[in-house]
Parts: sequence; C-alpha cells; structure tokens
Amino acid sequence: MSEAPLFAQQAAQQTAQQTGPQTAVAFRGAGFVNDTRRWAPWLAFALIIAAWETASQLGWLPALFMPAPSEVVRALHSLLLDGKLLAHVGASLQRILSGWILGSLAGVMVGFLMGIFVIVRSIGLPVVSALFPIPKIALLPLFILWFGIGEPSKIATIGLGVFFPTVVAAFSAVDNVPRNLIRMAQSFGLSTPAIVAKVILPGAMPGILAGFRITSSIALMLVVAAEMIGAQVGIGAFVLAAGNLMQIDQLIAGVVLLSLLGLTISWLLSLAEQILLRWR
Amino acid sequence: MQVVLEGVGYRYGDLPVLDGISFTLPQGETAALIGPSGCGKSTLLNLVGGLLQQQTGRISTIGTPPPGCLNPLTFVFQDFALLPWRSVAGNVALALEHHNLGKAEREARIADVLKLCGLSDFADALPKQLSGGMRQRVGIARAIAVRPAVLLMDEPLSALDAQTRELLMEDLISIWSRERTTTLYVTHNLNEAVRLADKVVVLSRRPGRIKQIVTIDVPVAERQQPQHAATLKRLHDELWALIKAEAQVADREVQNA
Ligand SMILES: Nc1ncnc2c1ncn2[C@@H]1O[C@H](COP(=O)(O)OP(=O)(O)OP(=O)(O)O)[C@@H](O)[C@H]1O
Ligand SMILES: [Mg+2]
Repeated sequence: MSEAPLFAQQAAQQTAQQTGPQTAVAFRGAGFVNDTRRWAPWLAFALIIAAWETASQLGWLPALFMPAPSEVVRALHSLLLDGKLLAHVGASLQRILSGWILGSLAGVMVGFLMGIFVIVRSIGLPVVSALFPIPKIALLPLFILWFGIGEPSKIATIGLGVFFPTVVAAFSAVDNVPRNLIRMAQSFGLSTPAIVAKVILPGAMPGILAGFRITSSIALMLVVAAEMIGAQVGIGAFVLAAGNLMQIDQLIAGVVLLSLLGLTISWLLSLAEQILLRWR
Repeated sequence: MQVVLEGVGYRYGDLPVLDGISFTLPQGETAALIGPSGCGKSTLLNLVGGLLQQQTGRISTIGTPPPGCLNPLTFVFQDFALLPWRSVAGNVALALEHHNLGKAEREARIADVLKLCGLSDFADALPKQLSGGMRQRVGIARAIAVRPAVLLMDEPLSALDAQTRELLMEDLISIWSRERTTTLYVTHNLNEAVRLADKVVVLSRRPGRIKQIVTIDVPVAERQQPQHAATLKRLHDELWALIKAEAQVADREVQNA
C-alpha cells in the first residue's frame, strides 16, 4: 500500500471523530499592503489634463483666467524657439546652484562642528534657534543695501535660507550616528579626523541627503521670490511680468517650468541617494 | 601580554558600579567574567580597553605585544559594530588602514583572517547580507587582523542562536590555540564560561566585587571529551549556585528601579 491513501484514510478518520458542520477557512488578510502601481500617476495626470483641455474647448473655463493646456504648450514652444526659455531657466538655475552650494557647504560644516565639539554645540544651538525662524526673504532688502541689486544679494538670500536647515539636518545626522560605531573606531585607535571621515561622514549621509531634499525646495522658493523683487531675467521675474501683462498662458508656462525644475532636482537627489546609500 | 588589575573601582556619578577588583590574567589564558545583570562587567571591560577613564585602582599590562601587533587591546562587540556601508573586507581594512602597513601586507592580512574565519567567499558582501553568525565572524576577523595581545569580548555570542553559538565557540577555541591570545570574556552564559575559560571570575551584584575565582583545570581543547563531562557539569552547577541568589536579587532590583 502506498503512503498517500494511508494519509487520506487517517485524515478521514480524524474528520469522522469530530461531529458538526465543516467550514472552509476564508482568506481575510487582503488589502493594507505597502505597494504602488507605476502606471497609476501617469493615468491620473493624463485624465486631469484631458479634462482640463475639454473644459477649455467647451468654453467652461474663462480663457482670460485659465488657458487650455494646449495653449500653455504652445507658449512654452515659442519661448523655447526665441531663446527666452533658456535665458530665464539658466538665470534661475545659476542662482539656485550657487546659493544652494554655498549654503549647503557652510551648513554641513557648521552642523558637523556642532555634532562633534561640545563647545560649538553649546554656542551654536541657541544661535541657530534664534535665526532659523526669520523668513530669509525679509533680509533681501538688507542684502540689496549691502551687495547691490545684482546677483550677490539673491545668492546670499538663497544661501542663508539653505544654511540653517542644513545646519540642523547635519547636526542631528551626526548626533544620530550610532555611538557604538564611534567607540569601535576609537578602540582600534583611529584618530579623530579618521573617525570623522570614515565613520561620522558616511553614517550621517542619510540625514544630510534628507536635509538636501528640504533645502532644494527652499532654494526654489527663495529664487522665485527674490527674482520677483528685483530681477530682469529668471523664472520669477518672467512669471511676474506675464501676470502684469495679463499673459495668462505665459504665466502658467512659467509655473509649469518651476514644477519641472523641482521634479528634476528631486530626481537628481533620488539618484544620489541610490548611489550613496546603496548599503542601506 | 599579561593584564593586572589592582583595586579597580568605578562609579557613574553617585552610582558605585565596581569596587576593589583585583586579579591577574596571565599571558595566553582566557578569563570569563560572569555576574548578575548590571554588576559592572561591561564597565570593567571598557576600563581595561581604555574606553573609560580609570577612577580608582590601577590597570596595567605586563610584557611586550607579539610581533606585528597593531592594537594590543582589541574589542569584539556584542552588537558586532560593523560599518554597514563597508564590505566584509572593508570592515576588516578599517582596523588596518591607519597603520603604516603597505598595500600588499594589508591585503595579505585581510585575506588571511577572512580565510581563518571562513569568510573568503563573502569578502565583498555588505553586512546587511550576512546572518548574525557571519557578522560576528567579521567582528572576530577584524579583531585578529590587528594581531592583538589581549582580546576583550563583551558577550560576543549572546546575540546569536544556540547552534551558531556552538559553531563560533569552536572557531574561537581554534583561534586561541593558534594565536595564544590573552582573553577577557564577558558572558551571561555559564555554558560558554565552562567551555571556553581557564578561569571564571564571579562578580557579586552591584557594586561588583569579586565573589570567587574558579579555575578550570581541564584543557580547553579537551572539554568536549566525555570523561570530563561530569567535572564540567559539577563546575557549571557550582557557578550557578554562586550567582543564583545574586541574580534573583538583581532581577528584582532592575524591576523596582
Ligand atoms: N553611562 C552610564 N551612566 C550611568 N550609569 C551607567 C552607565 N553605563 C552603565 N551604567 C550603570 O552601571 C551599572 C553597570 O553597568 P554595566 O553595563 O557595566 O553592567 P553589566 O554587568 O555589563 O550588565 P549586563 O549584564 O546587563 O550587560 C548598571 O547599573 C548601569 O545601569
Ligand atoms: Mg554588559
């Protein structure tokens, strides 16, 4: 006799011992999964734009206040052709990059010093807490007085706006590097600079990159605000001028450019995270 | 190298943790340090390793480190303390990079210890890809790569499951028999103590004082042989009798705090 019928027999016997109705166990663990559908956002975007376009074509949206997506695309196209797009985006990008890089470098440096040295931390924390809440755009007039209306005043505003959140992010990232790793490095006789370079810097990298996400959007916000206050070129100046002239398609085109710029920056940061944090 | 402790005491603020600890750990011997939770075992190990500032008493080493020794007092940690962003080989390299070794010698040492710890196939793996046992093998490989004179091990196997622990104990025994390293080994596990140690230092509950030092005469290499089973069982029970009452009190103390 083979084994399978024997098991079946035993199972049947056990069923026979228990009397009462037999019920199949129902699956109830569905849903609440941590999962996404890659196509879903694209579909949603397409639907929203299609609905918008239809509403404009049917005259439901007043053309004076809300242009059709096709008109925005046309405006972008002509901007691209006459070279204005490149000029405006280029000017904004240059300000963002120089301000962000300066603010980030200084911020990471100060954040590290605060994370490592007790005395710097004791002085730095209250100073940062006092200066952090000032909306940095309020300082633009001051910087214009100091540096003139040109690029330095805008770059200083962006740099300062980026600096404080970077300090806080870098400081807490350093603070969160596991103590046991630092003690391990000490126990193998590594010097302080070696510990900073080989343990603290890589260990703080996740927190620093998370800070970059926040500061990049702050930089984008500040560049537009600064350009609206005093600039000839730049996306902010362009959007303001378009609004003053009631060129609504140009205005929306400028806003779309800002969104694209923001998306590109966040994509670049994701890329950096993938490369730098592969170990996680 | 020999380690000598003379009247070592320590307190965290108002909390006395160690009091009058004196013993000598001869060259090449393994001492297990046991005692109830919170009695200051880790504190004592960190004092010996120079990670805590000494307060009272004196801790010293006698003798010269073996040739090629880069870091006489070397730790193996309970939580492994591996850098998650470095590969297995990179983690071992961390202990060597800041020494003036030369690339060839460094790589030879890394390859050597990885082989000794059965990690050669995992040189490029990241810690997150390894099991707990393999991670601690990396911790041990990193420690022996610097040819330590004294190994300081704080519950090195307590984060591992029972089978892995058995395997690693055998690895440790074979490493010790090769390198003749002096070892101070903190553990909660009496089986580990009876299996690995030449003598067992029993501490009282906090403030930790030496309650008794039990010497185990059976050579470490022969502990698995059946004719010694009865002796070792008797030693195990003796140690348990020594710490049972203390452990009970300490257990209740922690809960009241
Ligand atoms: N940094 C510290 N500050 C204040 N108290 C501490 C500190 N580290 C440890 N202690 C206290 O000192 C006592 C001894 O700690 P220690 O870690 O040396 O004990 P242990 O014997 O290793 O305990 P366990 O068996 O749980 O590992 C404990 O009561 C602990 O709470
Ligand atoms: Mg401990």
